[in-house]
Amino acid sequence: MNQNIIYWNKTYECMSRDEMTRVQSERLIETVKRVYHNVPFYREKMQKKGIEPGDIKSIEDLKKLPFTYKQDLRDNYPYGLFAVPLSEIVRIHASSGTTGKQTVVGYTRRDIDTWAEVMARTLTSAGATKESFIQVAYGYGLFTGGLGVHYGAERVGASVIPISGGNTKRQIQIMKDFGTTILACTPSYALYMAEEMEEMGVKREELKLKAGVFGAEPWSEKMREEIEEKLGILAIDIYGLSEVIGPGVATECLYKCGMHIQEDHFIPEIIDPETEEVLPPGSKGELVFTTITKEGLPLIRYRTRDITRLNYDVCECGRTLVRMEKVSGRTDDMLIIRGVNVFPSQIESVLLEIGETAPHYMLIVDRIDNLDVLEVWVEMNQEMFSDEVKKIEDIEKKIRREIESTLGINAKVKLVEPKTIERSEGKAKRVIDKRKL
Amino acid sequence: MLVKQISIFLENKSGRLAEVTRVLGSNNIDISALSIADTTDFGILRLIVNNPKEAERILRENGFTVSCTDVIAIGVEDKPGGLAKALEILEGINVEIEYMYAFVGKTSEKALVILKVANPDKVIEVLKNAGIEVLTSETVYKL
Repeated sequence: MNQNIIYWNKTYECMSRDEMTRVQSERLIETVKRVYHNVPFYREKMQKKGIEPGDIKSIEDLKKLPFTYKQDLRDNYPYGLFAVPLSEIVRIHASSGTTGKQTVVGYTRRDIDTWAEVMARTLTSAGATKESFIQVAYGYGLFTGGLGVHYGAERVGASVIPISGGNTKRQIQIMKDFGTTILACTPSYALYMAEEMEEMGVKREELKLKAGVFGAEPWSEKMREEIEEKLGILAIDIYGLSEVIGPGVATECLYKCGMHIQEDHFIPEIIDPETEEVLPPGSKGELVFTTITKEGLPLIRYRTRDITRLNYDVCECGRTLVRMEKVSGRTDDMLIIRGVNVFPSQIESVLLEIGETAPHYMLIVDRIDNLDVLEVWVEMNQEMFSDEVKKIEDIEKKIRREIESTLGINAKVKLVEPKTIERSEGKAKRVIDKRKL
Repeated sequence: MLVKQISIFLENKSGRLAEVTRVLGSNNIDISALSIADTTDFGILRLIVNNPKEAERILRENGFTVSCTDVIAIGVEDKPGGLAKALEILEGINVEIEYMYAFVGKTSEKALVILKVANPDKVIEVLKNAGIEVLTSETVYKL
Protein backbone atom coordinates (compact mmCIF):
# COMPACT_ATOMS: atom_id res chain seq x y z
CA MET A 1 0.00 0.00 0.00
CA ASN A 2 1.25 3.44 -0.91
CA GLN A 3 0.07 6.42 1.19
CA ASN A 4 0.08 8.79 -1.77
CA ILE A 5 -2.16 6.65 -3.93
CA ILE A 6 -5.94 6.71 -3.98
CA TYR A 7 -7.48 3.33 -4.74
CA TRP A 8 -11.05 2.80 -5.82
CA ASN A 9 -11.20 -0.59 -4.16
CA LYS A 10 -8.20 -1.11 -1.90
CA THR A 11 -9.45 -4.49 -0.60
CA TYR A 12 -9.12 -6.13 -3.97
CA GLU A 13 -6.48 -3.92 -5.54
CA CYS A 14 -4.01 -4.56 -2.71
CA MET A 15 -5.07 -8.06 -1.75
CA SER A 16 -2.38 -10.56 -0.76
CA ARG A 17 -1.54 -13.19 -3.34
CA ASP A 18 -2.82 -16.00 -1.11
CA GLU A 19 -6.12 -14.25 -0.51
CA MET A 20 -6.48 -13.45 -4.22
CA THR A 21 -5.86 -17.10 -5.12
CA ARG A 22 -8.60 -18.10 -2.69
CA VAL A 23 -11.06 -15.58 -4.14
CA GLN A 24 -10.24 -16.61 -7.70
CA SER A 25 -10.61 -20.31 -6.94
CA GLU A 26 -14.03 -19.80 -5.33
CA ARG A 27 -15.27 -17.72 -8.21
CA LEU A 28 -13.85 -20.09 -10.82
CA ILE A 29 -15.66 -23.05 -9.30
CA GLU A 30 -18.95 -21.10 -9.44
CA THR A 31 -18.36 -20.03 -13.01
CA VAL A 32 -17.54 -23.53 -14.23
CA LYS A 33 -20.74 -24.85 -12.65
CA ARG A 34 -22.70 -22.03 -14.25
CA VAL A 35 -21.41 -22.62 -17.79
CA TYR A 36 -21.59 -26.41 -17.53
CA HIS A 37 -25.26 -26.26 -16.59
CA ASN A 38 -26.38 -23.33 -18.72
CA VAL A 39 -24.26 -23.27 -21.88
CA PRO A 40 -24.54 -26.41 -24.09
CA PHE A 41 -21.39 -25.36 -25.94
CA TYR A 42 -19.29 -25.53 -22.77
CA ARG A 43 -20.96 -28.66 -21.45
CA GLU A 44 -20.15 -30.49 -24.70
CA LYS A 45 -16.59 -29.21 -24.73
CA MET A 46 -16.01 -30.30 -21.17
CA GLN A 47 -17.64 -33.67 -21.67
CA LYS A 48 -15.42 -34.28 -24.68
CA LYS A 49 -12.43 -33.69 -22.42
CA GLY A 50 -13.96 -35.91 -19.75
CA ILE A 51 -14.22 -33.06 -17.24
CA GLU A 52 -17.00 -32.29 -14.79
CA PRO A 53 -17.47 -29.19 -12.63
CA GLY A 54 -16.44 -31.27 -9.62
CA ASP A 55 -12.97 -31.70 -11.12
CA ILE A 56 -12.27 -28.00 -10.75
CA LYS A 57 -11.23 -27.31 -7.17
CA SER A 58 -8.93 -24.30 -7.56
CA ILE A 59 -7.22 -22.12 -10.11
CA GLU A 60 -4.58 -24.84 -10.38
CA ASP A 61 -7.21 -26.79 -12.30
CA LEU A 62 -7.73 -23.99 -14.83
CA LYS A 63 -5.43 -25.75 -17.29
CA LYS A 64 -7.82 -28.72 -17.38
CA LEU A 65 -10.49 -26.57 -19.00
CA PRO A 66 -10.95 -26.14 -22.77
CA PHE A 67 -10.11 -22.93 -24.61
CA THR A 68 -12.59 -20.58 -26.25
CA TYR A 69 -11.83 -18.98 -29.60
CA LYS A 70 -13.29 -15.98 -31.42
CA GLN A 71 -14.64 -18.43 -33.97
CA ASP A 72 -16.74 -20.02 -31.21
CA LEU A 73 -18.43 -16.68 -30.64
CA ARG A 74 -19.04 -16.34 -34.37
CA ASP A 75 -20.36 -19.89 -34.68
CA ASN A 76 -22.81 -19.22 -31.84
CA TYR A 77 -23.94 -15.86 -33.16
CA PRO A 78 -25.73 -14.07 -31.71
CA TYR A 79 -26.73 -15.40 -28.28
CA GLY A 80 -25.58 -19.05 -28.29
CA LEU A 81 -23.00 -18.62 -25.52
CA PHE A 82 -25.14 -16.63 -23.11
CA ALA A 83 -25.52 -18.34 -19.72
CA VAL A 84 -28.75 -16.67 -18.66
CA PRO A 85 -32.27 -16.39 -20.10
CA LEU A 86 -32.43 -13.50 -22.56
CA SER A 87 -34.88 -11.65 -20.33
CA GLU A 88 -32.02 -11.13 -17.89
CA ILE A 89 -29.80 -9.51 -20.50
CA VAL A 90 -30.07 -5.78 -20.07
CA ARG A 91 -27.41 -4.68 -22.56
CA ILE A 92 -26.07 -5.93 -25.86
CA HIS A 93 -22.86 -4.75 -27.47
CA ALA A 94 -21.01 -5.93 -30.55
CA SER A 95 -17.49 -5.46 -31.77
CA SER A 96 -16.64 -4.18 -35.23
CA GLY A 97 -16.97 -7.42 -37.04
CA THR A 98 -16.98 -9.32 -40.27
CA THR A 99 -19.78 -9.14 -42.81
CA GLY A 100 -22.84 -10.41 -41.04
CA LYS A 101 -21.13 -12.03 -38.09
CA GLN A 102 -20.15 -9.47 -35.48
CA THR A 103 -18.97 -10.64 -32.10
CA VAL A 104 -21.98 -10.13 -29.85
CA VAL A 105 -21.72 -9.75 -26.08
CA GLY A 106 -24.48 -9.51 -23.47
CA TYR A 107 -24.65 -8.16 -19.90
CA THR A 108 -26.95 -8.78 -16.96
CA ARG A 109 -27.66 -6.02 -14.45
CA ARG A 110 -24.88 -7.35 -12.24
CA ASP A 111 -22.46 -7.45 -15.19
CA ILE A 112 -23.13 -3.76 -15.86
CA ASP A 113 -22.36 -3.16 -12.21
CA THR A 114 -19.12 -5.20 -12.45
CA TRP A 115 -18.15 -3.25 -15.55
CA ALA A 116 -18.72 0.06 -13.80
CA GLU A 117 -16.62 -1.22 -10.88
CA VAL A 118 -13.58 -2.20 -12.96
CA MET A 119 -13.85 0.97 -15.01
CA ALA A 120 -14.06 3.05 -11.82
CA ARG A 121 -10.80 1.40 -10.72
CA THR A 122 -9.29 2.30 -14.09
CA LEU A 123 -10.27 5.95 -13.90
CA THR A 124 -9.21 6.23 -10.26
CA SER A 125 -5.80 4.79 -11.23
CA ALA A 126 -5.46 7.76 -13.56
CA GLY A 127 -6.34 10.15 -10.76
CA ALA A 128 -10.08 10.62 -11.33
CA THR A 129 -12.28 11.60 -8.38
CA LYS A 130 -15.81 12.93 -8.04
CA GLU A 131 -14.40 16.42 -8.67
CA SER A 132 -13.30 15.36 -12.15
CA PHE A 133 -14.86 16.34 -15.46
CA ILE A 134 -14.49 13.35 -17.74
CA GLN A 135 -14.88 13.87 -21.50
CA VAL A 136 -15.77 10.53 -23.09
CA ALA A 137 -14.66 10.83 -26.69
CA TYR A 138 -14.88 7.11 -27.41
CA GLY A 139 -17.75 6.18 -29.71
CA TYR A 140 -21.10 5.56 -28.05
CA GLY A 141 -23.17 2.79 -29.55
CA LEU A 142 -22.62 -0.91 -30.05
CA PHE A 143 -18.93 -0.32 -29.46
CA THR A 144 -18.11 -0.92 -25.80
CA GLY A 145 -15.75 2.06 -25.50
CA GLY A 146 -18.14 4.96 -24.96
CA LEU A 147 -20.68 3.44 -22.60
CA GLY A 148 -17.99 1.44 -20.79
CA VAL A 149 -16.04 4.52 -19.76
CA HIS A 150 -19.28 6.43 -19.15
CA TYR A 151 -20.66 4.09 -16.50
CA GLY A 152 -17.28 3.86 -14.78
CA ALA A 153 -17.01 7.64 -14.69
CA GLU A 154 -20.50 7.99 -13.24
CA ARG A 155 -19.65 5.36 -10.62
CA VAL A 156 -16.65 7.43 -9.56
CA GLY A 157 -19.07 10.33 -9.23
CA ALA A 158 -17.28 12.49 -11.76
CA SER A 159 -19.16 14.82 -14.10
CA VAL A 160 -19.41 12.93 -17.34
CA ILE A 161 -19.41 14.71 -20.70
CA PRO A 162 -20.71 12.05 -23.12
CA ILE A 163 -19.52 13.70 -26.31
CA SER A 164 -18.60 10.50 -28.26
CA GLY A 165 -16.19 10.76 -31.22
CA GLY A 166 -15.81 13.24 -34.05
CA ASN A 167 -16.43 16.95 -34.50
CA THR A 168 -12.99 17.81 -33.20
CA LYS A 169 -13.34 21.59 -33.14
CA ARG A 170 -16.39 21.23 -30.91
CA GLN A 171 -14.57 18.77 -28.67
CA ILE A 172 -11.83 21.30 -28.06
CA GLN A 173 -14.26 24.12 -27.46
CA ILE A 174 -16.03 21.96 -24.89
CA MET A 175 -12.75 20.97 -23.23
CA LYS A 176 -12.14 24.68 -22.82
CA ASP A 177 -15.64 25.80 -21.81
CA PHE A 178 -16.70 22.85 -19.65
CA GLY A 179 -13.35 22.50 -17.87
CA THR A 180 -12.58 18.90 -18.82
CA THR A 181 -9.95 17.42 -16.52
CA ILE A 182 -9.82 13.87 -17.85
CA LEU A 183 -9.97 12.82 -21.49
CA ALA A 184 -10.91 9.34 -22.68
CA CYS A 185 -10.33 8.47 -26.36
CA THR A 186 -7.98 6.57 -28.67
CA PRO A 187 -4.33 7.74 -28.50
CA SER A 188 -4.25 8.68 -32.18
CA TYR A 189 -7.36 10.80 -31.73
CA ALA A 190 -5.71 12.56 -28.81
CA LEU A 191 -2.82 13.53 -31.08
CA TYR A 192 -5.23 14.61 -33.75
CA MET A 193 -6.97 16.84 -31.20
CA ALA A 194 -3.62 18.29 -30.17
CA GLU A 195 -2.98 19.29 -33.77
CA GLU A 196 -6.43 20.76 -34.17
CA MET A 197 -5.85 22.76 -30.98
CA GLU A 198 -2.72 24.23 -32.48
CA GLU A 199 -4.62 25.22 -35.59
CA MET A 200 -7.37 26.78 -33.53
CA GLY A 201 -4.81 28.67 -31.51
CA VAL A 202 -5.88 27.05 -28.24
CA LYS A 203 -2.95 26.67 -25.85
CA ARG A 204 -2.75 23.78 -23.40
CA GLU A 205 -2.48 26.29 -20.54
CA GLU A 206 -6.01 27.45 -21.39
CA LEU A 207 -7.34 23.97 -20.58
CA LYS A 208 -7.81 22.28 -17.22
CA LEU A 209 -6.75 18.85 -18.52
CA LYS A 210 -4.87 16.73 -16.02
CA ALA A 211 -4.88 13.19 -17.39
CA GLY A 212 -6.17 10.92 -20.10
CA VAL A 213 -6.99 7.22 -20.42
CA PHE A 214 -6.13 5.93 -23.85
CA GLY A 215 -6.71 2.52 -25.41
CA ALA A 216 -8.53 0.54 -28.10
CA GLU A 217 -5.41 0.52 -30.26
CA PRO A 218 -1.67 -0.07 -29.84
CA TRP A 219 0.49 3.00 -29.16
CA SER A 220 4.19 3.59 -28.50
CA GLU A 221 6.10 5.30 -25.70
CA LYS A 222 6.99 7.96 -28.22
CA MET A 223 3.32 8.66 -28.83
CA ARG A 224 2.74 8.82 -25.08
CA GLU A 225 5.48 11.42 -24.71
CA GLU A 226 3.97 13.43 -27.55
CA ILE A 227 0.50 13.35 -26.02
CA GLU A 228 1.80 14.29 -22.58
CA GLU A 229 3.84 17.13 -24.00
CA LYS A 230 1.21 18.56 -26.33
CA LEU A 231 -1.77 18.29 -23.99
CA GLY A 232 0.12 18.81 -20.75
CA ILE A 233 -1.33 15.69 -19.16
CA LEU A 234 -0.52 12.32 -17.69
CA ALA A 235 -1.31 9.73 -20.37
CA ILE A 236 -2.44 6.37 -19.02
CA ASP A 237 -2.60 3.16 -21.04
CA ILE A 238 -5.74 1.06 -20.65
CA TYR A 239 -6.63 -2.33 -22.07
CA GLY A 240 -9.83 -4.16 -22.69
CA LEU A 241 -11.79 -6.24 -25.15
CA SER A 242 -15.56 -6.61 -25.58
CA GLU A 243 -15.51 -10.36 -25.18
CA VAL A 244 -14.04 -10.08 -21.69
CA ILE A 245 -16.11 -7.03 -20.72
CA GLY A 246 -14.99 -3.96 -22.70
CA PRO A 247 -12.60 -1.26 -21.47
CA GLY A 248 -11.63 -1.83 -17.83
CA VAL A 249 -9.83 -5.16 -18.03
CA ALA A 250 -6.42 -3.68 -17.23
CA THR A 251 -4.99 -0.25 -16.50
CA GLU A 252 -1.72 1.50 -15.78
CA CYS A 253 -1.30 3.31 -12.51
CA LEU A 254 0.48 6.61 -11.97
CA TYR A 255 3.83 4.82 -12.13
CA LYS A 256 3.18 3.69 -15.69
CA CYS A 257 5.03 0.38 -15.45
CA GLY A 258 2.63 -2.18 -16.82
CA MET A 259 -1.16 -2.48 -16.72
CA HIS A 260 -2.81 -3.92 -13.61
CA ILE A 261 -5.32 -6.61 -14.55
CA GLN A 262 -8.54 -6.70 -12.50
CA GLU A 263 -7.81 -10.33 -11.77
CA ASP A 264 -10.48 -10.80 -9.13
CA HIS A 265 -12.81 -10.61 -12.14
CA PHE A 266 -10.64 -11.86 -15.01
CA ILE A 267 -7.97 -14.54 -14.51
CA PRO A 268 -5.08 -14.13 -16.98
CA GLU A 269 -2.84 -16.86 -18.35
CA ILE A 270 -0.01 -16.74 -20.86
CA ILE A 271 0.16 -19.63 -23.33
CA ASP A 272 2.32 -20.74 -26.21
CA PRO A 273 0.14 -19.88 -29.22
CA GLU A 274 1.16 -23.04 -31.10
CA THR A 275 1.06 -25.72 -28.38
CA GLU A 276 -1.48 -23.99 -26.08
CA GLU A 277 0.72 -24.88 -23.11
CA VAL A 278 0.64 -22.52 -20.14
CA LEU A 279 3.91 -20.62 -19.77
CA PRO A 280 5.55 -19.56 -16.48
CA PRO A 281 5.24 -15.93 -15.24
CA GLY A 282 7.52 -13.58 -17.11
CA SER A 283 7.33 -15.52 -20.39
CA LYS A 284 6.08 -13.79 -23.48
CA GLY A 285 3.10 -15.46 -25.11
CA GLU A 286 -0.59 -15.18 -25.89
CA LEU A 287 -2.90 -13.68 -23.28
CA VAL A 288 -5.87 -15.82 -22.25
CA PHE A 289 -8.71 -14.69 -19.96
CA THR A 290 -11.24 -16.56 -17.85
CA THR A 291 -14.08 -14.39 -16.54
CA ILE A 292 -15.10 -15.36 -13.02
CA THR A 293 -17.82 -12.88 -12.15
CA LYS A 294 -19.68 -12.31 -15.43
CA GLU A 295 -23.15 -13.83 -15.60
CA GLY A 296 -24.42 -13.05 -19.09
CA LEU A 297 -21.46 -14.20 -21.16
CA PRO A 298 -18.92 -15.98 -18.99
CA LEU A 299 -15.87 -17.08 -20.99
CA ILE A 300 -13.50 -19.89 -20.13
CA ARG A 301 -9.89 -19.49 -21.25
CA TYR A 302 -10.63 -17.07 -24.08
CA ARG A 303 -7.68 -16.68 -26.42
CA THR A 304 -7.23 -12.96 -27.06
CA ARG A 305 -4.50 -13.32 -29.73
CA ASP A 306 -2.64 -10.49 -27.99
CA ILE A 307 1.01 -11.09 -27.15
CA THR A 308 2.33 -9.91 -23.79
CA ARG A 309 3.96 -11.06 -20.55
CA LEU A 310 2.84 -11.00 -16.91
CA ASN A 311 4.59 -9.56 -13.85
CA TYR A 312 3.41 -10.66 -10.39
CA ASP A 313 5.69 -8.37 -8.38
CA VAL A 314 3.97 -5.86 -6.11
CA CYS A 315 3.91 -2.48 -7.82
CA GLU A 316 5.34 0.72 -6.36
CA CYS A 317 1.76 2.00 -6.23
CA GLY A 318 0.99 -0.71 -3.69
CA ARG A 319 -1.33 -2.69 -5.92
CA THR A 320 -0.77 -6.43 -5.95
CA LEU A 321 -2.84 -6.96 -9.10
CA VAL A 322 -0.70 -8.70 -11.71
CA ARG A 323 0.61 -6.41 -14.41
CA MET A 324 0.66 -7.05 -18.16
CA GLU A 325 3.15 -5.43 -20.50
CA LYS A 326 1.96 -3.25 -23.36
CA VAL A 327 0.74 -5.63 -26.07
CA SER A 328 3.60 -6.19 -28.51
CA GLY A 329 1.76 -7.92 -31.33
CA ARG A 330 -0.90 -10.43 -32.30
CA THR A 331 -0.88 -14.09 -33.11
CA ASP A 332 -3.37 -13.55 -35.89
CA ASP A 333 -3.39 -10.99 -38.64
CA MET A 334 -5.86 -8.57 -37.13
CA LEU A 335 -5.09 -4.87 -37.48
CA ILE A 336 -6.43 -1.97 -35.51
CA ILE A 337 -7.09 1.03 -37.70
CA ARG A 338 -8.50 4.14 -36.03
CA GLY A 339 -9.66 1.93 -33.20
CA VAL A 340 -11.52 -0.42 -35.52
CA ASN A 341 -10.60 -4.13 -35.71
CA VAL A 342 -9.82 -5.14 -39.26
CA PHE A 343 -9.02 -8.61 -40.53
CA PRO A 344 -7.38 -8.73 -43.96
CA SER A 345 -9.71 -11.60 -44.80
CA GLN A 346 -12.61 -9.15 -44.60
CA ILE A 347 -11.13 -7.33 -47.57
CA GLU A 348 -11.00 -10.65 -49.35
CA SER A 349 -14.72 -11.20 -48.90
CA VAL A 350 -15.41 -7.74 -50.31
CA LEU A 351 -13.26 -8.49 -53.35
CA LEU A 352 -15.07 -11.77 -53.93
CA GLU A 353 -18.15 -9.73 -54.72
CA ILE A 354 -16.37 -8.27 -57.71
CA GLY A 355 -15.86 -11.47 -59.61
CA GLU A 356 -15.45 -15.22 -59.56
CA THR A 357 -12.05 -15.22 -57.97
CA ALA A 358 -10.75 -12.79 -55.41
CA PRO A 359 -7.86 -10.86 -56.90
CA HIS A 360 -4.57 -10.51 -55.09
CA TYR A 361 -4.56 -7.60 -52.69
CA MET A 362 -2.32 -5.84 -50.21
CA LEU A 363 -3.24 -3.59 -47.31
CA ILE A 364 -0.95 -0.65 -46.75
CA VAL A 365 -1.52 0.96 -43.38
CA ASP A 366 0.16 4.21 -42.49
CA ARG A 367 -0.28 7.07 -40.11
CA ILE A 368 -0.44 10.51 -41.70
CA ASP A 369 -0.97 13.61 -39.59
CA ASN A 370 -1.74 11.33 -36.66
CA LEU A 371 -4.62 9.57 -38.35
CA ASP A 372 -4.47 5.99 -39.55
CA VAL A 373 -4.94 5.67 -43.27
CA LEU A 374 -5.63 2.49 -45.19
CA GLU A 375 -4.80 1.94 -48.82
CA VAL A 376 -5.90 -1.25 -50.52
CA TRP A 377 -3.93 -2.34 -53.55
CA VAL A 378 -5.92 -4.65 -55.78
CA GLU A 379 -4.31 -6.45 -58.66
CA MET A 380 -6.07 -5.98 -61.95
CA ASN A 381 -7.06 -9.26 -63.55
CA GLN A 382 -8.55 -10.31 -66.83
CA GLU A 383 -12.02 -10.59 -65.35
CA MET A 384 -12.07 -7.05 -63.97
CA PHE A 385 -10.50 -5.40 -66.98
CA SER A 386 -12.54 -3.47 -69.46
CA ASP A 387 -11.70 -1.17 -72.30
CA GLU A 388 -13.78 1.54 -70.69
CA VAL A 389 -12.25 3.84 -68.11
CA LYS A 390 -15.62 4.41 -66.48
CA LYS A 391 -16.16 0.68 -65.90
CA ILE A 392 -12.83 0.35 -64.14
CA GLU A 393 -13.44 3.47 -62.08
CA ASP A 394 -16.80 2.03 -61.11
CA ILE A 395 -15.09 -1.10 -59.84
CA GLU A 396 -12.70 1.05 -57.81
CA LYS A 397 -15.62 2.98 -56.37
CA LYS A 398 -17.55 -0.17 -55.62
CA ILE A 399 -14.65 -1.71 -53.73
CA ARG A 400 -14.18 1.48 -51.72
CA ARG A 401 -17.89 1.65 -50.88
CA GLU A 402 -18.06 -1.98 -49.85
CA ILE A 403 -14.98 -1.65 -47.66
CA GLU A 404 -16.50 1.35 -45.96
CA SER A 405 -19.83 -0.31 -45.33
CA THR A 406 -18.28 -3.61 -44.20
CA LEU A 407 -15.47 -2.30 -42.05
CA GLY A 408 -16.63 1.18 -41.23
CA ILE A 409 -13.41 2.75 -42.38
CA ASN A 410 -12.55 4.74 -45.45
CA ALA A 411 -9.89 3.21 -47.63
CA LYS A 412 -8.19 4.44 -50.77
CA VAL A 413 -8.30 1.80 -53.49
CA LYS A 414 -5.49 1.54 -55.98
CA LEU A 415 -5.61 -0.83 -58.91
CA VAL A 416 -2.19 -2.19 -59.75
CA GLU A 417 -0.80 -4.27 -62.56
CA PRO A 418 -0.83 -8.04 -62.30
CA LYS A 419 2.08 -9.75 -60.55
CA THR A 420 3.13 -6.57 -58.75
CA ILE A 421 1.89 -7.86 -55.41
CA GLU A 422 4.38 -10.12 -53.71
CA ARG A 423 3.55 -13.80 -53.82
CA SER A 424 4.73 -15.92 -50.94
CA GLU A 425 5.04 -19.54 -49.95
CA GLY A 426 2.39 -20.61 -47.48
CA LYS A 427 0.46 -17.86 -45.76
CA ALA A 428 0.29 -14.82 -48.02
CA LYS A 429 1.66 -11.57 -46.65
CA ARG A 430 -1.33 -9.31 -46.97
CA VAL A 431 -0.35 -6.32 -44.90
CA ILE A 432 2.35 -3.69 -44.95
CA ASP A 433 2.06 -1.70 -41.73
CA LYS A 434 4.18 1.40 -42.06
CA ARG A 435 3.13 2.82 -38.72
CA LYS A 436 5.88 2.79 -36.14
CA LEU A 437 3.98 2.00 -32.99
CA MET B 1 -15.39 -4.46 -91.17
CA LEU B 2 -14.72 -4.44 -87.48
CA VAL B 3 -11.18 -3.72 -86.50
CA LYS B 4 -9.63 -5.33 -83.41
CA GLN B 5 -8.04 -2.85 -81.06
CA ILE B 6 -6.07 -4.04 -78.09
CA SER B 7 -6.42 -2.34 -74.70
CA ILE B 8 -3.79 -2.67 -72.02
CA PHE B 9 -4.06 -1.77 -68.33
CA LEU B 10 -1.19 0.42 -67.15
CA GLU B 11 -0.40 1.73 -63.71
CA ASN B 12 0.67 5.35 -63.63
CA LYS B 13 4.29 4.39 -63.10
CA SER B 14 7.18 5.44 -65.26
CA GLY B 15 8.48 2.88 -67.66
CA ARG B 16 5.27 0.94 -68.18
CA LEU B 17 4.54 2.36 -71.61
CA ALA B 18 8.14 1.82 -72.66
CA GLU B 19 7.91 -1.79 -71.50
CA VAL B 20 4.85 -2.43 -73.68
CA THR B 21 6.48 -0.98 -76.77
CA ARG B 22 9.66 -2.90 -76.01
CA VAL B 23 7.81 -6.20 -75.80
CA LEU B 24 5.90 -5.53 -78.99
CA GLY B 25 8.96 -4.27 -80.80
CA SER B 26 11.06 -7.30 -80.00
CA ASN B 27 8.27 -9.54 -81.29
CA ASN B 28 7.93 -7.78 -84.59
CA ILE B 29 4.57 -6.21 -83.88
CA ASP B 30 4.02 -2.94 -85.68
CA ILE B 31 1.91 -0.22 -84.06
CA SER B 32 -0.23 1.86 -86.44
CA ALA B 33 -2.14 3.96 -83.97
CA LEU B 34 -1.99 4.64 -80.26
CA SER B 35 -4.10 6.39 -77.68
CA ILE B 36 -3.97 6.57 -73.91
CA ALA B 37 -6.96 7.19 -71.68
CA ASP B 38 -5.70 8.21 -68.29
CA THR B 39 -7.05 8.83 -64.82
CA THR B 40 -5.14 9.84 -61.69
CA ASP B 41 -4.29 6.28 -60.83
CA PHE B 42 -4.12 4.26 -64.01
CA GLY B 43 -4.28 4.40 -67.79
CA ILE B 44 -5.68 2.31 -70.57
CA LEU B 45 -3.40 2.06 -73.55
CA ARG B 46 -5.24 1.44 -76.82
CA LEU B 47 -3.35 0.17 -79.83
CA ILE B 48 -4.03 -0.67 -83.43
CA VAL B 49 -1.39 -3.17 -84.50
CA ASN B 50 -0.66 -5.27 -87.55
CA ASN B 51 -1.39 -8.55 -85.72
CA PRO B 52 -3.78 -8.05 -82.83
CA LYS B 53 -4.15 -11.73 -81.88
CA GLU B 54 -0.42 -12.22 -81.66
CA ALA B 55 0.05 -8.96 -79.80
CA GLU B 56 -2.56 -9.97 -77.25
CA ARG B 57 -0.89 -13.30 -76.66
CA ILE B 58 2.59 -11.86 -76.32
CA LEU B 59 1.52 -9.11 -73.94
CA ARG B 60 -0.37 -11.57 -71.74
CA GLU B 61 2.67 -13.81 -71.61
CA ASN B 62 4.64 -10.84 -70.38
CA GLY B 63 2.22 -10.25 -67.53
CA PHE B 64 0.01 -7.51 -68.92
CA THR B 65 -3.75 -7.40 -68.62
CA VAL B 66 -5.06 -7.13 -72.15
CA SER B 67 -8.42 -7.14 -73.79
CA CYS B 68 -9.60 -6.90 -77.35
CA THR B 69 -12.28 -4.46 -78.48
CA ASP B 70 -14.08 -4.07 -81.76
CA VAL B 71 -13.73 -0.59 -83.24
CA ILE B 72 -14.49 1.07 -86.56
CA ALA B 73 -11.85 2.66 -88.76
CA ILE B 74 -12.97 5.38 -91.13
CA GLY B 75 -11.01 7.32 -93.70
CA VAL B 76 -11.31 11.11 -93.87
CA GLU B 77 -9.64 13.65 -96.16
CA ASP B 78 -6.21 14.49 -94.85
CA LYS B 79 -6.52 18.25 -95.14
CA PRO B 80 -7.89 21.08 -93.01
CA GLY B 81 -11.61 20.57 -92.50
CA GLY B 82 -11.42 16.90 -93.36
CA LEU B 83 -12.20 15.73 -89.85
CA ALA B 84 -14.78 18.45 -89.27
CA LYS B 85 -16.68 17.38 -92.36
CA ALA B 86 -16.74 13.74 -91.29
CA LEU B 87 -17.84 14.60 -87.77
CA GLU B 88 -20.65 16.78 -89.10
CA ILE B 89 -21.97 13.81 -91.00
CA LEU B 90 -21.71 11.65 -87.90
CA GLU B 91 -23.55 14.25 -85.87
CA GLY B 92 -26.24 14.41 -88.51
CA ILE B 93 -26.90 10.70 -88.34
CA ASN B 94 -26.90 10.61 -84.56
CA VAL B 95 -23.99 8.29 -83.91
CA GLU B 96 -22.96 8.21 -80.26
CA ILE B 97 -19.21 7.99 -79.99
CA GLU B 98 -17.64 6.63 -76.82
CA TYR B 99 -14.16 7.69 -77.82
CA MET B 100 -12.07 8.29 -80.92
CA TYR B 101 -8.53 8.98 -82.01
CA ALA B 102 -6.91 9.72 -85.32
CA PHE B 103 -3.65 9.08 -87.12
CA VAL B 104 -2.16 9.72 -90.52
CA GLY B 105 -1.61 6.85 -92.90
CA LYS B 106 1.57 6.62 -94.97
CA THR B 107 0.00 5.53 -98.17
CA SER B 108 -3.15 7.46 -99.03
CA GLU B 109 -4.22 11.07 -98.70
CA LYS B 110 -6.65 9.81 -96.18
CA ALA B 111 -6.29 10.18 -92.43
CA LEU B 112 -7.58 7.40 -90.28
CA VAL B 113 -10.05 7.86 -87.47
CA ILE B 114 -10.74 5.08 -85.01
CA LEU B 115 -14.20 5.14 -83.45
CA LYS B 116 -15.60 3.22 -80.55
CA VAL B 117 -19.37 3.05 -80.64
CA ALA B 118 -22.02 1.03 -78.84
CA ASN B 119 -23.46 -0.84 -81.86
CA PRO B 120 -20.61 -1.08 -84.35
CA ASP B 121 -22.41 -3.25 -86.93
CA LYS B 122 -25.36 -0.93 -87.11
CA VAL B 123 -23.15 2.15 -87.26
CA ILE B 124 -21.08 0.73 -90.11
CA GLU B 125 -24.23 0.50 -92.24
CA VAL B 126 -25.20 4.03 -91.36
CA LEU B 127 -21.72 5.36 -92.13
CA LYS B 128 -21.59 3.67 -95.50
CA ASN B 129 -24.96 5.04 -96.46
CA ALA B 130 -23.78 8.51 -95.55
CA GLY B 131 -20.85 8.19 -97.91
CA ILE B 132 -18.08 7.79 -95.33
CA GLU B 133 -15.31 5.37 -96.18
CA VAL B 134 -15.19 2.50 -93.73
CA LEU B 135 -11.92 0.60 -93.84
CA THR B 136 -11.61 -3.13 -93.68
CA SER B 137 -9.54 -4.72 -90.96
CA GLU B 138 -7.14 -6.12 -93.57
CA THR B 139 -6.42 -2.64 -94.81
CA VAL B 140 -5.88 -1.29 -91.33
CA TYR B 141 -3.54 -4.09 -90.29
CA LYS B 142 -1.43 -3.56 -93.36
CA LEU B 143 -0.84 0.13 -92.70
